[in-house]
Amino acid sequence: MELSQLTAHELLDKLKNGQAAPKGILDSLCARMQGLEPKVKAYARFKSADKLSLNAQAGGLLAGLPITIKDNICTEGLNTECCSKILENFRPPYDATVISKLKSAGCSIFPLKANMDEFAFGSSTENSYFGPTHNPWNLECVPGGSSGGSAAAVASDEAIWALGSDTGGSIRQPASFCGVVGLKPTYGRVSRFGLIAFASSLDQIGPITKDVEDAAILTRVISGYDPNDSTSVNQDVPDYVESLGKDIKGLKIGIPKEYFIEGMDAQVKSVIEEAINKLKSLGAVSGQVSLPHTQYAVPVYYIIATAEASSNLARFDGVQYGYRAKSDSLIEMYKKTRAEGFGEEAKRRIILGTFALSHGYYDAYYLRALKVRTLIKNDFDAVFKDFDFIVAPTSPTPAFKIGERAQDPLKMYLSDIYTISVNLAGIPAISIPCGFTKDGLPVGLQVMARPFNEEMLFRLAHAFEQNTEWHKIKPRL
Amino acid sequence: MSIDKETVEYVAHLARIELKPEELEKLSRQLHDILGFIDKLSALDVEQVKPASHILPISNVLREDEPHICLTPDKALENAPSKSGNFFSVPKIIE
Amino acid sequence: MKYQTVIGLEVHLQLNTKTKAFCGCPIEFGQVPNSGVCPVCLGFPGTLPVYNKEALNSALKVALAFSCQIQEHTKFDRKNYFYPDLPKNYQISQFDLPLSRNGYLDIISEGKAKRIGITRVHLEEDAGKLIHESSASLVDFNRTGVPLLEIVSEPDLFSPQEAFDYLTNLKNIIEYLDVSDCDMEKGSLRCDANISLRPEGAKELGVKTELKNMNSFKGVKDALTYEVIRQTEMLESGRAMAQETRLWDADKGITVSMRNKEGAKDYRYFPDPDLTVFIIDQDMVSGIKAKLPELPQEKIRRFMQEYGLSEYDAKILTSSKKDAQFAEECIRKYPGTDKKTMVNWLIGPLLSESNSRKLNLYELNLNKDELISLIGFVENQSISHLSAKLVLTQMIDSQKPAGLIIKENNMLQISDTAELEQIVSAVIQENEKSVSSFKSGKTGALMFLVGQVMKKSAGKANPKLVGDLVKRRLTDA
Repeated sequence: MELSQLTAHELLDKLKNGQAAPKGILDSLCARMQGLEPKVKAYARFKSADKLSLNAQAGGLLAGLPITIKDNICTEGLNTECCSKILENFRPPYDATVISKLKSAGCSIFPLKANMDEFAFGSSTENSYFGPTHNPWNLECVPGGSSGGSAAAVASDEAIWALGSDTGGSIRQPASFCGVVGLKPTYGRVSRFGLIAFASSLDQIGPITKDVEDAAILTRVISGYDPNDSTSVNQDVPDYVESLGKDIKGLKIGIPKEYFIEGMDAQVKSVIEEAINKLKSLGAVSGQVSLPHTQYAVPVYYIIATAEASSNLARFDGVQYGYRAKSDSLIEMYKKTRAEGFGEEAKRRIILGTFALSHGYYDAYYLRALKVRTLIKNDFDAVFKDFDFIVAPTSPTPAFKIGERAQDPLKMYLSDIYTISVNLAGIPAISIPCGFTKDGLPVGLQVMARPFNEEMLFRLAHAFEQNTEWHKIKPRL
Repeated sequence: MSIDKETVEYVAHLARIELKPEELEKLSRQLHDILGFIDKLSALDVEQVKPASHILPISNVLREDEPHICLTPDKALENAPSKSGNFFSVPKIIE
Repeated sequence: MKYQTVIGLEVHLQLNTKTKAFCGCPIEFGQVPNSGVCPVCLGFPGTLPVYNKEALNSALKVALAFSCQIQEHTKFDRKNYFYPDLPKNYQISQFDLPLSRNGYLDIISEGKAKRIGITRVHLEEDAGKLIHESSASLVDFNRTGVPLLEIVSEPDLFSPQEAFDYLTNLKNIIEYLDVSDCDMEKGSLRCDANISLRPEGAKELGVKTELKNMNSFKGVKDALTYEVIRQTEMLESGRAMAQETRLWDADKGITVSMRNKEGAKDYRYFPDPDLTVFIIDQDMVSGIKAKLPELPQEKIRRFMQEYGLSEYDAKILTSSKKDAQFAEECIRKYPGTDKKTMVNWLIGPLLSESNSRKLNLYELNLNKDELISLIGFVENQSISHLSAKLVLTQMIDSQKPAGLIIKENNMLQISDTAELEQIVSAVIQENEKSVSSFKSGKTGALMFLVGQVMKKSAGKANPKLVGDLVKRRLTDA
């Protein structure tokens, strides 16, 4: 096996034993990219895999291992553009907190950033200014979004591991479409300082990896209190790797009835049911639960997230950074810059969000959505009184074809139906590969847990993974 | 609740985004559909429910009044599309 | 028709904390443009705010000093609008749950005591500075993020003079608290005014005009004075008044309408999701109360009680913190328990000097011991009251000690009865007419004769003794 095809923990062993060096890993990745990037397009602004170099730090916990970063996480001196024209050539003068933590742990930041839906607006990575990423399992399909580039790179071994961001499913859904592991930590677990904001009360940075152990290692490095982030929680970070290898006997998994409705994709249903049976065979106890406000999650999300986004994206106006349109007056500069710099989905969400906050509509939309959010959170609190986990599909369908939903925003929004509630409730959730459809497209199993219970997620996910072979199967490229 | 073209145009102005007539047309239709879908929220009785402005039970996050090192003007202006000396430059504002 | 003027004032105060509201940039004057900035106050993508503890303490001090009700659960809201001096194109401010409400400020205006309501004191951040050149506008963000307090008065001010007095009283209290420089010239205190006129006796407020661009307290008063005249003319001529904003032009002495392009502004306020709620409990409030210096109101009460001052006199002496300090030190140093003499000197001759020189009491640079010495000369009748006032003037001008001035000017009073008897006799002899006048009932002649004695003695005769002597001589004879 090539170095690029190994997991992070396997490479760490080799790095520590002197059997491999960061440069060797870089070379292996570049060789892979040279052949695959023209097809997969996981990376933004990719020109050539030649002349890529790493600022490899020797030593540290992560021994110089390279990591791929999504294009919305600020890396000092390295282009961070959220795959949008309006942020073209933006080089942040500072590192995101997670980047500082990675560097302190000895990780090397890969010099190219992963492709994404512009400003994380999307579920397919088709909204990138640089064009879509292609799913390594079927190049005609989307890799999911918005962290589609990160997930595709990990799936195609063009990255060892990666960071993505998740606001409504943007780590978990692409992880599920690409057959890799993706975790959205509890809101407040990982600092958002340096993550270019989409929806401030929903965003979290998280790992996208080849297996659960890698996710556990990475989550531990990036988690923790940050005094620069008022919404980061001051709570100890456990050593998540310690929770691996424990059995799951007697742990209670809830199956939400609202997630298994009439008309759901039959293949997804059967793969998920098999996966749940597997968990039961390992000793987990299952029971049906109800999350009665599930049907309201998508509308609530599309009010709150777009409202916050409309305000967060107001700063992109051509004054201090990024693209500025030719204009004769200030107002023209604003309007043309934002008209020409933002893509269609970005404009749609900004306008929707602005509307939801505007005078006369605030109570009926934004305020109401905040209240329903409380109801959604209460649903989860009630279930977690008796159950340790909630288990469900990550996505109602496997990866769809590129272009299939691009003209129907509403249909696109509905692909987030299983992931969105998790962000609204602020709880952690992981997606792990659990099978394939007859067409060979990956299906992801989503596991949710109580706030700050990531160790339980890793425990259950690892047990499942170690007793199945799904994570070992790679796309034929 | 429906949203008409006039409202979309006004909201686009609030958001400082210029829309071409075709865009305005298309966007109005799409937003109309999306809002129609969002309207299912109006069926719920939320009178007694508190809004979840913050999902975390934390409060009073403050920092000490201690100075840090600032950026140099060069660094601050590094990404500026237009600058003049140590200033950011924008088209002349006429009030 | 008689019209009543109704004025409300909005004051923005820059707090004198070491660093900005939401980041650690130090606040200094006269810096190189864009040198006192960081990614946070520049609003760079990915950055997050964390509020300054000292700013909160200062704000609570102000709120308590104005007897406001403190909001137990307070939060920050985003005020969304586009302008180049606002890097995020929203200002972090407070909307519906401001830090404090329903306070008051007691003032004396035109001899009358009045209580002016304070609607609210809330927290926000300052914007940058714009410089307009011929072909471009230039932005300096050094000032962005400086912590501000907005203090809004009820429309309880009924004349430009009351507005002026409100501002001086407000500034006085802020100086006592030492939380701001309160300097309108430096911009650490800014004031906008709202003014309307209504027919006397009417209950509803008239059409409101907002006034901006006043750079001094006098400017506020002058702008309001102009507006009263302008609006009265408009109303009397039957012209319709439109709600508008007008700018004060100090050079021309007029207000000019700002063309109102947009109509009512829609700021789309919503709770800032990047900041937490603040819970200001009783303990915190007590803690701040304990740290408050003695405020003018308490000082007035204490001066009245300890030193027997009238309320009016006490208010005058405490009208500035430094003056109160000077006055109190003089009073304390004055020997004996009866301080009335010193008090009378302070509110009499000293206040007179400070008024005529347009200086504060403490700025007279009077040596307190010398003042006491001067008073001693008067008390033991060595010099007359009249002489003493002249000595005081010279003491302030030359900084020479009292004794020296008295000696140099040969001011020692003649209090020797025998010596005085001689002069009295001489005057009575020389002014037979006046003597007869007095005898025939014209009591005024007494004062004339006393005056003549004073003249003959070149002002040195002790007037009281002279009066007694002359009176005795006239009634005896």
